[in-house]
Amino acid sequence: MRVIAAITAKDLRQRLKDGSLLLFGLVLPLGMAFLFAHLLGDGPGDGLDIRYLVVDSDGGGLGGVFVDDVLRPLDEDGVISLEEAADTEEAEHLVEEGEADAAFLLPQGFSDTVAGGDRAVIEIVGSADSAVQVQIAREIADSFAVEADASRTAVLEALEAGADETPEALSQRVREQPAPLSLVDDTTADWRELDTATYYAAGLAYFFLFFVVMSSVTGILDERRDGTLARLLAAPVRRSAILAGKSLSATIVGAAGLFVLAAVSSLVLGSQWGPLPGVAALVVSGTLAAVGITAAVVTFSSSSEQATNRISVVAFGLGLLGGGLFPVAQLGALSVLSFATPHRWFLHGLAELGGGSFAAVLVPVLVLSAMAVVTGALSLFRLGRMLNA
Amino acid sequence: MEKVVAVVGLTKSYGDVKVVDDVSFSIGEGEVYGLLGPNGAGKTTTISMVMGILRPDAGEVSVGGIPHGPEEMRTKALIGFVPQQNALYEDLTAVENLHFFAKLYGIPRAEAGGRVDEVLAAVGLTDRANEAVSQYSGGMARRANIAAGLMNRPRFLVLDEPTAGVDPQSRSAILEHVRALADSGVAVLYTTHYMEEAERLCDRIGVLDDGRLVAEGTRRELVTRLGERDRIDLAVDGSAGDAARLLEALPGVHAAAAKDGGVELSVDNASELSPAIVRTLAEEGFEMRSLQVREPDLEAVFLSLTGKALRD
Repeated sequence: MRVIAAITAKDLRQRLKDGSLLLFGLVLPLGMAFLFAHLLGDGPGDGLDIRYLVVDSDGGGLGGVFVDDVLRPLDEDGVISLEEAADTEEAEHLVEEGEADAAFLLPQGFSDTVAGGDRAVIEIVGSADSAVQVQIAREIADSFAVEADASRTAVLEALEAGADETPEALSQRVREQPAPLSLVDDTTADWRELDTATYYAAGLAYFFLFFVVMSSVTGILDERRDGTLARLLAAPVRRSAILAGKSLSATIVGAAGLFVLAAVSSLVLGSQWGPLPGVAALVVSGTLAAVGITAAVVTFSSSSEQATNRISVVAFGLGLLGGGLFPVAQLGALSVLSFATPHRWFLHGLAELGGGSFAAVLVPVLVLSAMAVVTGALSLFRLGRMLNA
Repeated sequence: MEKVVAVVGLTKSYGDVKVVDDVSFSIGEGEVYGLLGPNGAGKTTTISMVMGILRPDAGEVSVGGIPHGPEEMRTKALIGFVPQQNALYEDLTAVENLHFFAKLYGIPRAEAGGRVDEVLAAVGLTDRANEAVSQYSGGMARRANIAAGLMNRPRFLVLDEPTAGVDPQSRSAILEHVRALADSGVAVLYTTHYMEEAERLCDRIGVLDDGRLVAEGTRRELVTRLGERDRIDLAVDGSAGDAARLLEALPGVHAAAAKDGGVELSVDNASELSPAIVRTLAEEGFEMRSLQVREPDLEAVFLSLTGKALRD
């Protein structure tokens, strides 16, 4: 143990002096997660920064329904930020200035036009710089239009069938009915979804983990090149202790990097990795799997440079297939291959952890541990031969 | 002289190529054994097996009477190793490197600090001890490399071309230090590409060629074996021919001839014979103006044995 600890401590000391640790362990994954989360939808607080204006020139019932029953609840839920503008000119000016992403303009007589069966328009003024937010505004307005049309049809049909209530009373009753369909979280789904910020933070953290542990694992080839391996082999040090020391330092560096990323991404991106015991189990087993895989690649390489190139290719391949860079669902039929990657099981474990108890991560942890054992055994066998050569 | 290292019948092949073939030698306490050979002769492979880095196909090594091998920790603890490369972690300081090696050799923490100071002082690096090795000059790095090999106070020290690429001043310091270690009882196995180092430092020399130990002995034994003798050049007042005839009769003188106004002698051992020569010339009335001794060149011996110069 003394020798293993000495080799591990020496490797860690060297890694701390190596700028690549900070780059691959923190800066790149965090920076890319931040970028992806903002580009592709979510940001801090698990939501786009959506700023809308509304100009209600209608003042009537339907316009009020749109503002009070559709937009305001979204505002209260934190999905959007809603402000009222005095008139169309002010709304257009604020959108042009970038103070708002889009403005809903409800024209004068909107309710009467709809009630009269004529075509009415909710105009949307959008910022060219906020394409996603403007599209969402269109979707909101469109949904409202569809619902309003359905309500209007229902009222008409009720009146034609001889209902003895006024059209206003019927409309009120339609509005008060709960929606027949609603979207709820599926707590029984096989793979619960991570929110965007957590997904990218965790996915990229695990993707870059391979590059973080790479330097430690390829260190044995560097030591062979630099002659220090001969010195280690000449000392009263068992070969297995050299391998154990190297693997332990790689595991410590990798796991510490993941923990730091989890903490920092939670603070900066608002990602939610889940309860600590489950996260710890996934981080440790996931890191061991990454160390085993990279070590196995090293044992098939003749130089540190060759190993680095091969590990980079493997890391990209596994990352792409396993959902480390984009969701596995986008792979279509190829998504079945993701089950062979540790990335898939790591992210799967985190998703399960978010939706259930600690027990939910047992399967991913077991799979990751099995990957670590198999690749680790292969590495030990191959490295043993390499050292004896 | 107590035998510290015994190497018997070491053999190693890679595929069909036998790179070390039945090599045997021993090194006694306080003895410096030079292992010389041209590039590709099998020196590094032999050293790797002697160090326990490489497992031989056949043969045995014992250190301090204990059979030695890759998994024998007792003997490894007795050996210091100074590899050909500067085998140090360049991003760490000399002190950090040495403390790391102290841990590998199980030197207690309380003792390690003193041991680090001791070896740094021995190689003259105390003032630069806390600088990263990458900042060192070639000579300083070489000395730090030697310091690492001394951390465990070895009974047997292996130095594989420790002065390669070192300036003359540092080289001289390294040789003096190795000699001092040997004088303190350390058995030393030394390889070098510099013949003058071998002549100056080594008590015995083994010549490796094509994986085989083709000759072994002291410098004088090697030279004598090839028929090479010491030469003495004399300048005398009077007849050089008469002086040559006079000296030719002395025991230990194989040939004497007048040459360029002086006398050239071929003798067994110049340093032993010189006083008798001076005395004889004085007794016969010759006044000697100069005496110059030229010992046989080990380089010539090496060339004769291997067909190559040492630095080929």
